[in-house]
Amino acid sequence: MNEGAPRTSRWALWLPLAVFGLFVALVLYGLLRPASRDIPSTMIGKPLPAFDLPAAQPDRPGLAQANMATGKPRLLNIFASWCIPCAAEAPQLGELARLGVEIDGIAIRDHREDLAAFLARYGNPYARIGADDVSAVQLAMGSSGVPETFVIDGKGTIRYQHIGDIRADQIPMILQKLQEAGQ
Amino acid sequence: MIRLLSLLLLALGALAAPLQADDRLPPAPYAYRQLDNPVQEQKAQALMETLRCLVCQGQSIADSDAPMAGDMRNQVRQRIAAGEEPEAIRQWLIERYGDYVSYAPRITASTWPLFVLPLAILVLAFLLLRRRFAAPEKLS
Repeated sequence: MNEGAPRTSRWALWLPLAVFGLFVALVLYGLLRPASRDIPSTMIGKPLPAFDLPAAQPDRPGLAQANMATGKPRLLNIFASWCIPCAAEAPQLGELARLGVEIDGIAIRDHREDLAAFLARYGNPYARIGADDVSAVQLAMGSSGVPETFVIDGKGTIRYQHIGDIRADQIPMILQKLQEAGQ
Repeated sequence: MIRLLSLLLLALGALAAPLQADDRLPPAPYAYRQLDNPVQEQKAQALMETLRCLVCQGQSIADSDAPMAGDMRNQVRQRIAAGEEPEAIRQWLIERYGDYVSYAPRITASTWPLFVLPLAILVLAFLLLRRRFAAPEKLS
């Protein structure tokens, strides 16, 4: 062919186009794949951070890290009265409590009266409710919103994180996670 | 008719109002208050600009008015005031949320190609161009 250019085989001419095609495919894959906005906590498998929260309600004690290591798996529900999915989740938490699951709550940035009204309206499945007014424990747990539910095993280790409200069809899955944490 | 329509819209607005409910608690002490020590505040500000807001993921916590971003600023400022180093605070957050929480790029097992590839491509381009420009000289 021409004399100056280094000898290239014919297929090499198509290489840039092929690379470009690959790039377009990658971009399309990234664009079309349903994006998840969830930020999973990287605290799974680690012990609970140290915390000691005051009682959020007069009729329930506050919540400390020491209360969670009871030898039996428990749920730790991070919620707030101003959070609408939390209200949607309430019947499922009630059902879990009816099934004998022990549930502790951490109320995020909540007014005591608002919380009392929320619990009166949607039920109170919590053994203890700690008030986290500056999201300090939430940040220490690696939780990025409300509601989130953590499975804590008998030694106080975080075993599972459920992001978003627990739907009715997810109750068996949560029970399964609790059972796994108990083994 | 228009009056009826506007009444209807008003009623709709009243119905929609509870959906916008957010917490009514006042912001955390240092969410909107700067530290008194300007050197510390500068450190905190620089760190906050490189931490991702977790509920408004395109913004840094310095840019966001989300309550959770305010709580994160509060935590950053209080830790800086207590003498903690900014990078230690970043590390503390990364231990909880992963690299995603930090805007400052890190070289890790999954990110090193991003740093190495541009260099490799530059070197390759340089070698190819040198061959191309050197060739005619040899011929002439």
